[in-house]
Amino acid sequence: MLNFGLLLPAVLNGVTMGAVYALIALGLTLIYGVLHIINFAHGSLLMLALYAAFFLYALGGIDPYVAIFVLMPSFFVLGYGLQRFVIQPTSHGRDENILLVTLGLAIIIDNLALWLWTSTTRTIDTKYSFEVVDLGVALIPLPKAIAFFGALVLAAVLWWLIAWTDLGKAIRAVAREREGARLVGIRVEHIYAMTFGLGTAVVAAAACLLLPAFYVTPQVGYAFVLVAFTTVVLGGMGSFTGALVAGLLLGVVEALCGLYLGESLGQIGIFVIFILVLLFRPTGLFGARA
Amino acid sequence: MTARLAGTILLAALLCVPFVVHSEFWLSFWLLVLMFTFLGQSWNVLGGYGGQFSFGHALFFGIGAYGTAVLQVRLGVNAYAAAAIAIALGALIAAVIGLLVFRYRLRGAYFALVTLAFAEVARVLVASFQFTGSGFGMLVPLSRGIENFQFADRRAFYLIAWGLVVLGSLIALWLENSRFGAQLMAVRENEDAAQALGIDLVRTKVLALALSGGMAATVGVFYVQNYLFVDSHIAFGPAMSIEALLVCIVGGLGTVFGPLFGAVVLHALGEAAKQATGNAPGLNLVLYGVVLIVALRFLPHGVAGLFARRPRRKPEAANA
Repeated sequence: MLNFGLLLPAVLNGVTMGAVYALIALGLTLIYGVLHIINFAHGSLLMLALYAAFFLYALGGIDPYVAIFVLMPSFFVLGYGLQRFVIQPTSHGRDENILLVTLGLAIIIDNLALWLWTSTTRTIDTKYSFEVVDLGVALIPLPKAIAFFGALVLAAVLWWLIAWTDLGKAIRAVAREREGARLVGIRVEHIYAMTFGLGTAVVAAAACLLLPAFYVTPQVGYAFVLVAFTTVVLGGMGSFTGALVAGLLLGVVEALCGLYLGESLGQIGIFVIFILVLLFRPTGLFGARA
Repeated sequence: MTARLAGTILLAALLCVPFVVHSEFWLSFWLLVLMFTFLGQSWNVLGGYGGQFSFGHALFFGIGAYGTAVLQVRLGVNAYAAAAIAIALGALIAAVIGLLVFRYRLRGAYFALVTLAFAEVARVLVASFQFTGSGFGMLVPLSRGIENFQFADRRAFYLIAWGLVVLGSLIALWLENSRFGAQLMAVRENEDAAQALGIDLVRTKVLALALSGGMAATVGVFYVQNYLFVDSHIAFGPAMSIEALLVCIVGGLGTVFGPLFGAVVLHALGEAAKQATGNAPGLNLVLYGVVLIVALRFLPHGVAGLFARRPRRKPEAANA
């Protein structure tokens, strides 16, 4: 049962996949922590960013790691606009409506992609796509190793932004006490949109880090959206450290489930964890008590 | 004209379709509209009257579909008995899930996500076992005859679907006029107030979920008898869950004929888009998404809300 020759590579693989989950969940947990909205379109925005990075590489020859500096600002603007001009006015301030609006956005983005770019699976072929890092016990593809460190760096940057800048202070104020923040002169709608924009920019960065090791199809967003929610819920809504730890944990769980139950059942572990956490510990591992 | 009257007229007109329309295509089209109306009504019982938004209603549809298919193909059960068992199973599993999630006070977005997770678990499970046809799905052998619940004449299925829609409307009417319905709507409006009035929250929501699950499972059974095929994506994929909630929200949440209005409007638009663009994949769904957002923005009471006579508001109250 405990064959380390098999177990260790599986765990390491799980850790790298988990870093990807953490990357995707960072933007989601930021949006949830501040706006208290569940952004169902998060996976679709990831898919859109993956396509953007893909086309920048395929048509413009821009390396995905360079594309980060193009896509983060443009997705920030996209996210800002979506929150300010679509989600906010459409939701009429009701939680169920926010969920439904973002679901509507997800349907639109996913199927627009299907219509424009068909369901063909696309990958990019860079010089470093097949490079590996030898860790002694297992070989890790270089792009996955980069994604792992990218997740750490992004989490650190987000933490700094929220903890140490004026914008971060305003975001925390709005998250804590909306009306109070309004009274001291913070433009709440603007901060909401800024937060949504930041979350979207982070998902664009995640896409750029993902693409060299991964693929893109119009369905890829849906494949990730529940995993991303699981990561956020398990880590504690709004906690960056939590998202990192939970992402890595889920990656390992998936890898172990895949090892012992067979490849197709691998994701079951993630969904079961999601249901159990929601039922028994909705505050997650690192979340503040309700 | 009130929404009730318009709905009744529409329902009566739909009864005439199989006797007037001879094109196989349009008969199938209206059959689908009726099927999704009943699926929407099942969502409406829970979401519209009970205020619990499920994002994974495909779970119950799929239990009905796979239940009847597995019972017939693997265990050789008679089609009608299989249908009855599958529907009961849908209601039972819904009740069990309801007991779990409502006991732990999951509401709002959490309830939506947990139902989606259950549907995904079911999707992965049926695709993983030989017994449920693994990735290939299940084919019910063709054997026409009334004793097998298979009819050569598609009009028979159409009439059954129409009957289901009538039944669904009666269930909605019952909810609007019964003690249980009043309790359910009280829970939707304010859980704390409802509890203070002595309403058992868990019991009310579990019963609504069981009723809704049984109804959705009925659609699954009907789907399998009609198409004789089901696979994990049709049964438990996101498409059915989205269809169920979309027709309600577009048509009018918590109204008797909302799902019918929604299904007719959405599918008419979707079909028009298909015809106009030469069947581009995905485009009709893009349209669904746009309609959903437009309806949320401008039609808070859906299509049904267009009929209702609005009380005249004084100008100074209008911007309240």
